[in-house]
Amino acid sequence: MRAARRWWDFDTALNTFAMWLLAFLWALPLLYAVWTAFHPAAYETRFDLTAPLTLDNFAKAWAAAPFARYFVNTVMLVTMILICQFVLCTLAAFAFARFRFPGRSILFTLVLLQLLVMPDILIVENYKTIRALGLVDTIVAIGLPYIASGFGIFLLRQTFMSIPRELDEAARVEGSSFLGLLWRVYIPLAKPTYLAYGLVSVSHHWNNFLWPLIITNSVETRPVTVGLSVFSAIDAGLEWSVINAATLMTSGPLLIAFLLFQRQFVQSFMRAGIR
Amino acid sequence: MMHRREWVYGWLFLSPALVFLFAFTHYPAVKTVISSFYSTPRGKREAKFIGLENYQTMLSDDVFWKVLGNNFWFAVGTIPISIGLALLMALWVNSHLRGRTLSRVAFFAPTVLPLIAVANIWMFFYTPGFGLIDQLRSGLFGLPAINLLGNPDSVLAAVIVVAIWKEAGFFMIFYLAALQSIPPVLREAADIEGASRGYYLRRVLLPLLMPTTLFVSVNAVINSFRLVDHIFVMTEGGPDNASSLLLYYIYETAFQYWQTGYAATLTVVMLVLLSILAIGQFFLFDRKVHYQ
Repeated sequence: MRAARRWWDFDTALNTFAMWLLAFLWALPLLYAVWTAFHPAAYETRFDLTAPLTLDNFAKAWAAAPFARYFVNTVMLVTMILICQFVLCTLAAFAFARFRFPGRSILFTLVLLQLLVMPDILIVENYKTIRALGLVDTIVAIGLPYIASGFGIFLLRQTFMSIPRELDEAARVEGSSFLGLLWRVYIPLAKPTYLAYGLVSVSHHWNNFLWPLIITNSVETRPVTVGLSVFSAIDAGLEWSVINAATLMTSGPLLIAFLLFQRQFVQSFMRAGIR
Repeated sequence: MMHRREWVYGWLFLSPALVFLFAFTHYPAVKTVISSFYSTPRGKREAKFIGLENYQTMLSDDVFWKVLGNNFWFAVGTIPISIGLALLMALWVNSHLRGRTLSRVAFFAPTVLPLIAVANIWMFFYTPGFGLIDQLRSGLFGLPAINLLGNPDSVLAAVIVVAIWKEAGFFMIFYLAALQSIPPVLREAADIEGASRGYYLRRVLLPLLMPTTLFVSVNAVINSFRLVDHIFVMTEGGPDNASSLLLYYIYETAFQYWQTGYAATLTVVMLVLLSILAIGQFFLFDRKVHYQ
């Protein structure tokens, strides 16, 4: 009995050590970026706890490229996508969850198809469509392919279907329209799903790169990801510490939000992941 | 009467989403297949039907085969390791080990970073002579500088490492969700029966996690086609296309060489590969997951 317990303790110690080691390895790239960004360029590869802290790198990066504009663009983009997604996906999910109409199951299959064939890979034809609409190099164009999200419709439909029908009958007896029912009963009850989907959507579109790269070509429309790649591509003369500062800056808002609300983040991703 | 009203409302509520869904997913998917049989329009010359010519070009295009092979090795290199690590991370984070909250933060943090930023951070590790890897090599072992991203033999592996770092924490979440839905009674029963931890893991946990593993692996396969952002910063597909992936090649073909007809043909290949994987998913999941 005693030997068994000691062996188990050894096992725990080993697992703890291994977990710490992996966590350290995983955190290393990020910690390293933080180190270089907050210290003068001379300390890029010299680890000295007494090295002076500085915000110069951030100031240099901020001055070297129109990051303020890029941030405004990204915030506008992400907000627009989120609002449109909420409206469109809510209506569609409600239709799938509560109405019977011909073609429902075929249409739902077509919606699910988007989980596989994402707009991300249909860049060639989507570019032609946007050009035909005359929307090349606009923020709207970056968002358009994503606002009807198959994933969002699916997630909200699952939530709506778990809401007992007795509730809507009660509301209907009181003379509520379908929209009133949706607004007063369904949406309030689905709040956690909206939070989860919102976090996933915001972080996804904040980070999106390929489509914005293709469809934008001016400072006025570029989101931060594309701005960052333009900035670090002209690397002649730019110090690593400045590039790292820019890198941290662009991911900063999400990273800080994540560190502050990491429990909610993880739970949201978990909730969005359970199918 | 009631039913007719439901029809109308159903279609009414659905139509805004469907318009955008069809316009940017289904229409372009079908149009891609059609475009693949046409030449690239140039100036005033319109696209004309050329049958299978694009496909013949593709079959004799060495770069295409190279890129397809790269994508295969990228998938083989990324998927099993990131899933294995994800499971390990989830088991640790879900246990009662000290420091698990901090570890969870470390594992999950790369998920919220843009891949383009991740690539910037890792560039610094890989820079020859100056990056952290070379600093360690010369500092600890006195080895000469190596250019991991400049060498066709090592570049794909270097890119794979970055993808694993980015993805493992994301997959961990799915395992964590699955682990938390497993009733603790099973663990207690296994303890009473005197089952070892290894036995419990092999015979109880892993079978219960099977649907999650399948789901995660399908996601991982899709991602191995979809995630190319880091290529832009780290290698631009080079050297000699050694790190180019299919979607990156489609981008190059369409938006740098403006061969949109040929790019459509390449996209068809990707759609076919994804469909095959979807059918595979259908058979693998079978009755384990119900969408209805």
